[in-house]
Amino acid sequence: MAQALDPHAAIATQAGGIDDGPLTTADGQPLARALRRSQKRAKRRAFLLVLPLLAFILLTFVVPIAQMLQRSFYNDGFSANMPQVSAWFAQTERGTDPDEAAWAALAADLTAAAENRTIGIVGTRINYDMAGTRSLFTSTGRKVRDGLEPPYQAALTEIDAKWADPVLWSTMREASHPVTTNFYLASLDRKRDAEGNIAQVAENQRVYIMLFLRTFGLSLLITALTFVLGFPIAHLLATLPMRKSNLLMILVLLPFWTSLLVRTTSWIVLLQQQGVVNDLLVWAGIIDVNGRLQMIYNRTGTIIAMTHILLPFMILPLYSVMRTINPSYARAARSLGATSWTTFRRIYFPQTLPGLGAGALLVFILAVGYYITPALVGGSSGQLISNMIAMHMTDTLNWSMAAALAALLLGAVLLLYWCYDRMVGIDNLKLG
Amino acid sequence: MALPNYASPAERIWHWSYLLICALIFIFLIAPILVIIPLSFNAEPYFTFTEKMRSFDPDGYSMRWYDSLLTFGMQAPDGPRNAGWWADAWANAKWINAAKNSLIIGFFSTILATFLGTLAALGLSRPEMPFRRAIMAILISPMIVPLIITATGMFFFYSNPCSVLGWVGLPTNCGRLAGTYLGVILAHATLGIPFVIITVTATLVGFDQSLNRAAASLGANPRTTFFRVTMPLILPGVISGALFAFVTSFDEVVAVLFIAGPDQQTIPRQMWNGIREQISPAILAVATILVIFSIALLATVELLRRRSERLRGVTPH
Repeated sequence: MAQALDPHAAIATQAGGIDDGPLTTADGQPLARALRRSQKRAKRRAFLLVLPLLAFILLTFVVPIAQMLQRSFYNDGFSANMPQVSAWFAQTERGTDPDEAAWAALAADLTAAAENRTIGIVGTRINYDMAGTRSLFTSTGRKVRDGLEPPYQAALTEIDAKWADPVLWSTMREASHPVTTNFYLASLDRKRDAEGNIAQVAENQRVYIMLFLRTFGLSLLITALTFVLGFPIAHLLATLPMRKSNLLMILVLLPFWTSLLVRTTSWIVLLQQQGVVNDLLVWAGIIDVNGRLQMIYNRTGTIIAMTHILLPFMILPLYSVMRTINPSYARAARSLGATSWTTFRRIYFPQTLPGLGAGALLVFILAVGYYITPALVGGSSGQLISNMIAMHMTDTLNWSMAAALAALLLGAVLLLYWCYDRMVGIDNLKLG
Repeated sequence: MALPNYASPAERIWHWSYLLICALIFIFLIAPILVIIPLSFNAEPYFTFTEKMRSFDPDGYSMRWYDSLLTFGMQAPDGPRNAGWWADAWANAKWINAAKNSLIIGFFSTILATFLGTLAALGLSRPEMPFRRAIMAILISPMIVPLIITATGMFFFYSNPCSVLGWVGLPTNCGRLAGTYLGVILAHATLGIPFVIITVTATLVGFDQSLNRAAASLGANPRTTFFRVTMPLILPGVISGALFAFVTSFDEVVAVLFIAGPDQQTIPRQMWNGIREQISPAILAVATILVIFSIALLATVELLRRRSERLRGVTPH
């Protein structure tokens, strides 16, 4: 009964003057209800079209990220494999000195873990919070398999005196609960001392805050550079006649469509010490043959390559806004006596701000999370926070730490994304 | 852009220096991509123009790096180039295998992303769509979230996709997606979907909904309306979305590094290894092929965009 719900039918009925009551459809339903129902059905239809993709993205994207984030505060490497001593920690107050019951529990857990070959997991978990303890666990594990005799305190400290270290006990107490904030503390260069207070780590180990600052600083610099380079280009493209600007647009779009690895490779080739740019500079007599510049595998390389790669993301939104700016405002300003600089500053530039905001936010968001280019051309001084996440994933295998760093980075990116949606609207994101 | 004839000398100087600045920026944009093309024909294993190259001596140029793309990884690269040699290259050459993998993964992930993305874009551009903004934000987010975070999440999820069932107390072991073609295809489809959504919704913005009503009033059922009216009009947008999704997959290396196994060696991964270990001009030969490939893609997308604008009656402003 498709027509029954058609609101137009009601109008026909009304016009025919058949009924004097409230507006109804041909089969006598109140019009408001019929309309509501048909709207609901249209809503459901639209939603059903989106549903498969939404389910797909939730499953292959949102759930994996949520699962990873769980790792940043949940690690049962110690608590699951050392149940007895974890139970002792749960019963006693922080700061309690381990009594013989605790030592017995520890000895029993160590023996069990050594037999189940989980001692490495336990050691790794403690090692995250207290460097150098993994070998303590594994070497003790090898020895306790022969059996331990009470008193356990004496037996364990005889194997290694480090077992009596109060910091170790406090670290184990932290790890005895699977939910922990320690990985977040570590990502902010903080740790818990023996009393459980939050303290800064030793000065030579403070890396993460510096890396976060470097990531944001470099991203800001790159955003500024893309603005400086992108603004004149966007303006030129927007003011040239369509035919010419379409041709020049190809020069912007071709880098955009070229593989990221290709562009990074070309910068390596161009900027290396025996590369084309150094050759040109030597040929022009600007630098000496022996004074070839080191421009790649350091921060300079990261900045140049990333500026080049992200430049189209600045030019395209700026261009689409500048296209819509009416040139008569600028002409009016000039005719009223403004100099060209004043016209630009007070009339033209303010009108480009929406495009500038969109481009700058997009470039900044993309720059903050960049991984490939810094990894390939960054050397050690050009590494960003993403590279640290990758290092923890593949080299140190401290996955909880990688997850905590990823969570902080993700938080920052989502905040910026939200700003972008507020300011620009995702619908206005354009590609080419 | 032309200068008015009443422009002052200072304005003239500024105008010409402005054009010069723009020219320099265009060189900055395009030169890195163009420079590698002649360098890939270098006869020497250097990344710079040799004396012979600069004097355009044919001896300074060679195809050896392109040849090395074929022979690298072959069992008998030095044999006579007969059918057996080519069969060997087809089966064993590393770059050829990488190209095959990239094409297979790119093809299937593009199909998946385009199908799901177009369907969703149709729903999203209906005015009745509930929670439009929030859902759009979720669907676009794979493009915004840093790749390393996505890849890290996928690394854990794909090594045991059923582990989430543990949250509701179900058994948590059902094989792995990591190291399989399916895993990489799903990951790349996820990353390509935002591009499909953006291009197809952009096409649908100019879509005149009354065309659908006209078709319906003339007796077409919804399916006929879709295939005979809507589809032909949005097709250019769908195809350029698909091309975007394909390029995303074809260029993607981080997710591949994290979830692919040794069998899923793709071109970007092979390049990544090449750049990290010992960069040789063979990389430049690959890069040149990829640049030509992207020029072809760009030309296709531009043609499609113009066709779409013409079809929808949107004049470029």
